[in-house]
Amino acid sequence: MNPSIDYHALAPEIVLTATIVICLLVDLFVPSRPQLVPRLASLGVLGALIPVLTLAADGTDRSMFGGAIVIDHYALAFQGFFLVVAYISLLLSFDTIQEGDYYRGEYYVLLLTSVLGLLVMAMSRDLISIFVALETISIPTFVLAGWKKHDTKSNEAALKYFLIGVLSSAVMLYGMSLVFGLANSTVLSDISRYSRTSTPALFAVAIFLTLVGFAFKVSAVPFHFWAPDTYEGAPLPVTSFLSVASKAGGFVALLTIVKFGFFPSGDSWQPILWILAAASMTLGNLAALRQTNMVRMLAYSSIAQGGFILVPLAVAGDVQGNSAWEAVVIYIIIYAAMNLGAFAAVIAVSRRTHSTEIKSFSGLGTTSPMIAVLLSIFLFSLAGIPPFAGWFAKFVMFRAVFDAGTTSAVVLGVIAALNSVVAFYYYVGVVRRMWFHEAQETATVGGPTVIPVALTTAMFLATAVVIVAGVAPQVVARIGELAFTPG
Amino acid sequence: MNWFDDWALTLAVFVPIVGMALVLLIPRAHEQAIKCTALVTAIVTGAVGIGILARFDYDASGKLQFQVNKPWIPLIHSRYHLGIDGISLPLLILSMLMVILCVVYSWGHFPEPHNPKALLALMLLLEVGMNGTFVAQDLILFFIFFELVLLPMFFMIGVWGGPNREYASIKFFLFTLFGSALMLVGFLAIFFVSKVHTFDMVVLSKLGAAGIAQGTQVLIFAGLFLGFAIKVPMFPFHTWLPDAHTEAPTVGSVLLAAIMLKLGTYGFIRIALPILPKGAEQWAPWIGLLAVIGIIYGALCCLAQQDMKRLIAFSSVSHMGFVMLGIATLTDFGLNAAIFGMVAHGFITGLLFFVAGSVQERYHTREMSRLGGLLTQAPKLGWILGFAAMASLGLPGLAGFWGEFPAVLSAYSPAKLAEGLFSSDNLLTFRTYMVIAAIGTVLAAGYLLWMLQRVAFGKVKPEFEHAHIHDVNVLEWVAWTPLLLMIVVLGFYPDLLFSITDGAVSNVTKAFGG
Repeated sequence: MNPSIDYHALAPEIVLTATIVICLLVDLFVPSRPQLVPRLASLGVLGALIPVLTLAADGTDRSMFGGAIVIDHYALAFQGFFLVVAYISLLLSFDTIQEGDYYRGEYYVLLLTSVLGLLVMAMSRDLISIFVALETISIPTFVLAGWKKHDTKSNEAALKYFLIGVLSSAVMLYGMSLVFGLANSTVLSDISRYSRTSTPALFAVAIFLTLVGFAFKVSAVPFHFWAPDTYEGAPLPVTSFLSVASKAGGFVALLTIVKFGFFPSGDSWQPILWILAAASMTLGNLAALRQTNMVRMLAYSSIAQGGFILVPLAVAGDVQGNSAWEAVVIYIIIYAAMNLGAFAAVIAVSRRTHSTEIKSFSGLGTTSPMIAVLLSIFLFSLAGIPPFAGWFAKFVMFRAVFDAGTTSAVVLGVIAALNSVVAFYYYVGVVRRMWFHEAQETATVGGPTVIPVALTTAMFLATAVVIVAGVAPQVVARIGELAFTPG
Repeated sequence: MNWFDDWALTLAVFVPIVGMALVLLIPRAHEQAIKCTALVTAIVTGAVGIGILARFDYDASGKLQFQVNKPWIPLIHSRYHLGIDGISLPLLILSMLMVILCVVYSWGHFPEPHNPKALLALMLLLEVGMNGTFVAQDLILFFIFFELVLLPMFFMIGVWGGPNREYASIKFFLFTLFGSALMLVGFLAIFFVSKVHTFDMVVLSKLGAAGIAQGTQVLIFAGLFLGFAIKVPMFPFHTWLPDAHTEAPTVGSVLLAAIMLKLGTYGFIRIALPILPKGAEQWAPWIGLLAVIGIIYGALCCLAQQDMKRLIAFSSVSHMGFVMLGIATLTDFGLNAAIFGMVAHGFITGLLFFVAGSVQERYHTREMSRLGGLLTQAPKLGWILGFAAMASLGLPGLAGFWGEFPAVLSAYSPAKLAEGLFSSDNLLTFRTYMVIAAIGTVLAAGYLLWMLQRVAFGKVKPEFEHAHIHDVNVLEWVAWTPLLLMIVVLGFYPDLLFSITDGAVSNVTKAFGG
């Protein structure tokens, strides 16, 4: 019997796959028109958004392949989110890829393939489809990280990322195989049913191994050490994609597997996530304090932000209602906007100064006030200062902690509160350099001074989200709310 | 005029941000246009304030008026709830007035690195935060406005400040951020432990003591206390203030002293006391203790200062101590005195910082040992300094008196509490505070007269003998005259203010049997 396929439900993936194939062919057969591929790629991403919107308007939950793929509000919310993130990532890539001595067509093909993985991840409700989606996200990014192939740092970045990625996949797969062995199914709803029964100690081990695999993917401490080197070595647009899109993909996988699969055995997964959250926030922040390179600082900051995202997840077992899940979704969306914005600004600055050292940001307020204003907004938002969106992300996180109300939750909340004050210090350190310090000699010489349109568009899109979501947070809150409303 | 009643507070808060957007749109070269836009914005905002003054129902000053109550973030049950009563009204008007005066004053006094566009935009953004804080009736909305003032002030100090500006701005930011983090945690705790699950300050205040168990109230109050006490600032959380004030440009110091410090004391009166009355009762003797320590400590520090601005900054610590003492009594009398003290301190210390700024501009120093003979070189400026100093030390007939004297007096009969600090009842405790605070007023006379003597009296120091020192100019007259007038008017007719605040204050003190 052939499985019945709902083509409307799979339309976003179909559109994107078609775009990938077309990009590949165009790059091969029309090499004289190098501008064509990036344009087609962005069109394809925006085109894939249309079926997401029609599906959202339709609003009924669709399930396929024995529950392995589910298209509900949750899936659609994340698919829409991933496509927007992908579009902004493309905007960030155009000029860097064009100006560098790189292959172009393949870059966009690989990036879109990774995005395809993200779309599949959002609707996966089965260990195998989650694993396949995760690998589809990761494998193209291994290649992308090494895109600057004459740069040894880029090579190192790719190799480190690849080895760690393979290792984590192996650990995760081993954990998943144990889960399958015990629960007799790979579908999350079956696993959830199994978790409700009395489970053997081996199940806890299986959960542990699976979560460790994800911890590598989202670069949670102590499985984070690949991230700063990879981020620094990779081309900046790739770094921003890794730190936002692929990281968010990891979090969505984690959220899916915890909410729909392991949820009933909270005793097994809550302590693990608690430790990951506390360690990521604290060590990420402390390491970020000492960085002299902007990209490394943002790498550690994203580790710390990842810790904040883990906080509501770690207390979710004690929360009545959806506030913890909502907090994760809201935090991921806001984090994406402010981090993409920050990277866009860093790309804009480094095009001119050819440096990502924090020193080179001195006096940016006088040399290019617009970038300085926008970057300040993103950094203040990352620090959680109202009226920028970051405050609301932190707020819903604390709300989940209070909603749980257990001692361990409150302790985690206190750790998070202290960390937000520490984090402020290094974010504002950059702001201080930009506005209170004199410009350095190197800042005025070098590359082009005109900021390309694509980059400007990306920055303004991110700024708009950061400000609107900060002043009228309901815009984002509503997405978080809808994601968990059954259709 | 129904339209006005519905929109007045929204306009009062958000007109400045429209002005800020306009200022940002004008190219940097068109300085005159930028200044005019900023001034017009501040005046339009002030006109809304006058409209509010005209339409305010003074017979029902205890009632929230001009209310707006719309959904804002339904997910977290937070609403866009604005309203104004007799406590908020004077502070809102004070804030609007001070911003206009600061725009006028800065017209010809832009400190290095100049850039009027950025400075004026920040001032208008600051006004959004200040006005918003005074009218917000939802805890989360209050928090957002309360935080909003940080960014502009941070940049004002950091970009236009003195030599040590970087340290001062970061210190200012970190201190307040730490406090507001605890405050936010407190707000969340209130939401979750109160039976009604709301951030609405009106609902929570009505519930008061009945809403939250006493032990919990004491804990949450501690969190809010830290948040507000850092902003006030109370001893021992005041150390950011002298640095921030000393390094800030003149208008920054004026706004910081005149309005931003009041956000903290306002928070006590508006939020901490009515929502957590049991917690307040438990902590009141301690607050009183810190308040009188602040009075004496601030005064003693003043006596050790060489820098004029730093002296005025420490005098703020001392004066805010009187305000906090009034609040700690938890009585009608004390709270009215506190609000009066807040407004009077706004006018007087604002004026003092203006004068200090003008002195610095003329002599390029604030070292009091290098200054002297201001009365011979710029007599009008000298007299204004003298006038402000007299008002600040609490001379009867000027506004400062009615903030300080009733606050001290109110400590004679504080609200009857279960226990005091040193004895079984708090009467003795507060009467001890009263005596100490009274000594503080003597010290205040000491340091202010000492400052006046060193700056204004005596002979001009040789290094400035031939310097060309001009007297008060037109812009300064325009900026200062309203302050001089208000100090005299409130000094002679304090009931003007007391009659507005009293009705609202008695709502707060109901919970304490006052």
